[in-house]
Formats: sequence, structure tokens, C-alpha cells
Amino acid sequence: MKYKILKIIFIFFLLTQKTFALVSVDITRGNLDPLPIAISNFYLDTTITENIKKLSIENKIPELIQNNLTRSGLFFALEKKSFIQKPDIAHNRPRFEDWAFIKAQVLVTGKISLEKEGRLKVEFKLWDIVSATELSALAFYTSPDNWRRVSHLISDKIYERLTGEKGYFDSRIIYVAETGPKVDRKKRLAVMDQDGYGVKYLTLGNELVLTPRFSPTSQFVTYMSYYKNLPRVYLLNIETGIQDLVGDFPGMTFAPRFSPDGKKIIMSFAQDGNSDIYTMDIKTRIVEKLTDHPSIDTSPSYSPDGLQIAFNSDRSGFQQIYIMKSDGSNVKRISFGEGLYGTPVWSPRGDLIAFTKLYKNKFYIGVMRSDGSGERLLTENYYQEAPSWAPNGRVLIFYRETPSDVTGKGGGAKLWSIDLTGYNERLILTETDASDPSWSGLLSAK
Amino acid sequence: MLLNKLNKIILALTVTLFLGACATQQKATTPTPTDDAYTGTETVKYLADGVPDRVFFATNKSDLTSAASATLAKQAAYLKANPNLNVVLEGHADERGTREYNLALGERRATAAKNYLISNGIAANRIKVISYGKEKPANPASNALAWSQNRRAVTVKTN
Repeated sequence: MKYKILKIIFIFFLLTQKTFALVSVDITRGNLDPLPIAISNFYLDTTITENIKKLSIENKIPELIQNNLTRSGLFFALEKKSFIQKPDIAHNRPRFEDWAFIKAQVLVTGKISLEKEGRLKVEFKLWDIVSATELSALAFYTSPDNWRRVSHLISDKIYERLTGEKGYFDSRIIYVAETGPKVDRKKRLAVMDQDGYGVKYLTLGNELVLTPRFSPTSQFVTYMSYYKNLPRVYLLNIETGIQDLVGDFPGMTFAPRFSPDGKKIIMSFAQDGNSDIYTMDIKTRIVEKLTDHPSIDTSPSYSPDGLQIAFNSDRSGFQQIYIMKSDGSNVKRISFGEGLYGTPVWSPRGDLIAFTKLYKNKFYIGVMRSDGSGERLLTENYYQEAPSWAPNGRVLIFYRETPSDVTGKGGGAKLWSIDLTGYNERLILTETDASDPSWSGLLSAK
Repeated sequence: MLLNKLNKIILALTVTLFLGACATQQKATTPTPTDDAYTGTETVKYLADGVPDRVFFATNKSDLTSAASATLAKQAAYLKANPNLNVVLEGHADERGTREYNLALGERRATAAKNYLISNGIAANRIKVISYGKEKPANPASNALAWSQNRRAVTVKTN
């Protein structure tokens, strides 16, 4: 339950930003031609002790970096068998023609050493094979058991240097782990690294829990729970395990999300057959009602600047997406295509809104601009919903369900991710069935 | 005079055009039939002899069908005859909608049933409402029959 605060210090010890990179990755289009990258094993210098050698992190760190980068769909990792140079020699200065020979365009090398007080120093270099230059070099200091985190940070640096955009590998996903038969489903909150490792279950499954969402600024999570059979929104600190009821509403509260500054929770409150949107300031507990309409208003999501809110409402007769100012004024419908639209989620970049669409008995995950224009459907399936953005706004995670047979068997829920381009759809492996994913911000940004 | 008449015609035309536009809009955004409420008895339990425990709804709807009203009238009569009995109305949706919207829809369905009981003389404080959205299907199959059986409000005795 208790989360270690992972403290990692990193320094730039050599930065060749001035070098003009000939290689770069265009991530604005579907990348059907991923960049060939060679990720060499790192090497352990003479300071490394026997017990650290046993961890074989000189192989595991590059392997994790390789998994991250290839899963992004933007990179194609070359076979290690074809590498000619040894890790330590390559790290000093690669023979570029050797790497060009195996068609690598960029090369990653690294070195691991032990500092005083048992701190591990992991340094890596990124080389541009085409122009025969060093693109960047960084060192991270951490404890040996924290090598995964370092691998994610290095992956982010490589991604950032080659695409010109922030990475998203040093992040986590909170979701609902599902087990048991469909008529009596057991649901638990779970959190894992974005690559599916290190899952931790945060609730025991005694009560139904739904729709967890990360705070953009802290280790808080807001979610809905049927604790004592009262469906309400809760606030959970995943470091301490302490949870709090949000507000004092005489009925069901649901569909919670944080404001971008993490200070408020926005959610729906249902009473007398009508659901409206409210906010509650976490510190002052002051509650504000934002919509007042006899229709169902739910699934609110703030714009990243906090000035606007997207939500869905059936005030037109059918579920559609609306935006309004954060004080509830200027309500404007933005979805006008055929079908039903729900779960609008504003991109962290602010330009797009991701949504779920139901049309002719199929479910779609799509994006549109915040004025409703430029609708693009990314994926079609039997059932899928609840997109959540990667911190850099380039990838969406969502859950997909398969139909069950007449006996109720065979159905299940899994987490999937897809690029904004509509390419690179990937299953995210989880121990159990999984739904309602929510992506954290970059951990290093906190 | 003539100008006035012209104005009226233009106004009438505008209204017609506007309504016409609305009608097309409605047609274009109606993806599901509105008369697909379940009418069978397969999943139904009974509060007492001849008093079904649940009513069914059409896709995305929360208004009561005539069959639903008839069932609720029986429930009201039963609750009148048993004045110490309290109930909770559980609202549900089928699995073909987004989770959050379905929670709201379940609440709206349960409330529709609750309001019918109240209008038939049952005190509001005897009736609680809870929505489970799509979380607790009565029939776990993924087909139109199961979905119609899952769009429901179930009256459950609490004492």
C-alpha cells in the first residue's frame, strides 16, 4: 500500500545540444517506417560489487529501454546479435561505420558504476550514426533496486531528443482489476507502471469500485466506491492508503476527475432522476454547482488551462459532448456527428478532446478539436470506452470488452493503447481483467 | 396589411424549416429503437404472489411502459397492504453504454419507478434509490434479449 517516494537525481554532465541531429522521428503521422535503433548492453565498471552484478542490470536496463521505445511504434530495435562493438568500447566512442553497416541510425550505449554510500550511477549516451555525432549524454544516480525507474527516465530522454516531444515512460496507470463471473464481478483498484510492471492492489475487492483517476499534481487518486452500499466519490492517497469521502451529498456522486491544479474534484451528483455537475474544493470543502438542467450531465473533464470543462449530456435527447466555461456558463454542444458521444477527455496539450462514440452498435475511440471540428475515429470495436491520455498527449489508453456467450462466459475486459495517429494499437498485459484506466502525469515532473 | 401577411408566411415558413431541420437531426441521431423494452417473465422474481419485483425499459429510456406502470401499481397496492415494509429501488442499464452515463441512467430509471409508487400513495421515506449502472447484469449474455432484461428497475425489500 505504501509507496516509496522514488528520488532520483540526475545531472547533465555533457550535453551536445548544439549538434544538429540528422535523424529525427516525425510523430505527427502514422509511423509505418520506424527508426532503426541499436541499443547496446551497458557495461559495469570495476566499482561494481558482486551482489549488484547478480542483478544483471547492464542487460535489463537496455532491454527495458528497448521495450519502451519499440512499444511506442516509432522505433525498430536492431538485433543485439548483429552488434560488432563491445559495450564499453562503443560507449567511449563508437566506430560509426560498424553501426552504419548494420543499418542503425541511432545508437544507445551506457555505463554503470557504484558511487560512495552504495549509490548507483547509470550513464547513457545517444549517438547519431548518420552524422557520426553524440546527441546527448546523461547520468542518473539511484539505488540499485530502482533500475526500472532509471530505465524509464532514460527512455524518456531518448524519446524527447529524437522526437522533439516529451516522453511518457516514467509514468503509472491506475485501473480497476476485475475477477469473477459477470453477474458477481469483483473489482479492485490497482496501480502499475505504464509498461504493466509492478502492479499493486489498493483495495481488497469487498466493495465495488469504479473510475479511478490520478491527480495531475500528487499521489492522490479520486474514484467511486460502493462502500457500505452508498455509491460515492472518494479521495485516496496512494502513499498512505488513507481515504476520504468527497463532500456530503444526499445521493450518488460519480464520474470524478481532478482539476488541472489538483485542488478541486469535479463530478456528477444524481438526485431525483437528474444528474448535474459539481465541483468540490479539496481543502475548503466548498461545493459549487455548475450545471442545472433536467437532463443527465456527466463525465466532466477540465481543459489543461482549467478555464473550460467538457462533459456529456443528453439534453438534446441523446448523449452528446458539450463544453462550458469553468464557472458553468457558455454551454455549447460540440459533437454533431451521427451516433452517441460520451466520456470527453481533454488532451494535456489542450488542442484535442478524446471521446467514446456509439454508432450502429459499434464503439469507437476518437478525437476532435475542442470546437468539435476535425473528428477522427481511431479504433472501432464491439465495446470500448474511457480513453485517458498519456502525459505527452500522443497516446491514449482505454479498455475494451469482448462479448460473452449465452451462458455469460467468454466476455472480458482488457487495457489497450493506441497512438493519436490511429496506428500502433497495443494490448497492455495485466494479471487480471482490467478496465477504467487512468494515466498519471510524468512522475519526474512532480 | 399585405406586408403583415407576408411576414406571417415567412415566419410560418421559418418555423416549418426549423422544425424540419430538427426532425432530420433527431432521425439522424436515433441509433436505437424505442420500443425494445422486455415484456417476458424470465428473470422476474416476485415480492408476493402476483407482484413482480421489476420493470423494464427501452434502450436509453427511463419512461415507464404501460406494462411497467401495471407492475408498479401492483407493487403500490402490496406496499399499502404492508405499511411497515420499506424498499430500495435498484436502477440498472445494459452493457451497451458508457459506464458513467449508465450510472446516471440507472438512477433515472429507479427514480421513475419510485415516483410512480409515490404518486400511488406510498410515502417517499419508505423508498430508497440506488443505481448500479451496468455493473450488475441479471443476464450476463451479450445479446439483445439479455440487454433488454438488464434495462430494469428492481424493487427489493429492505426489512
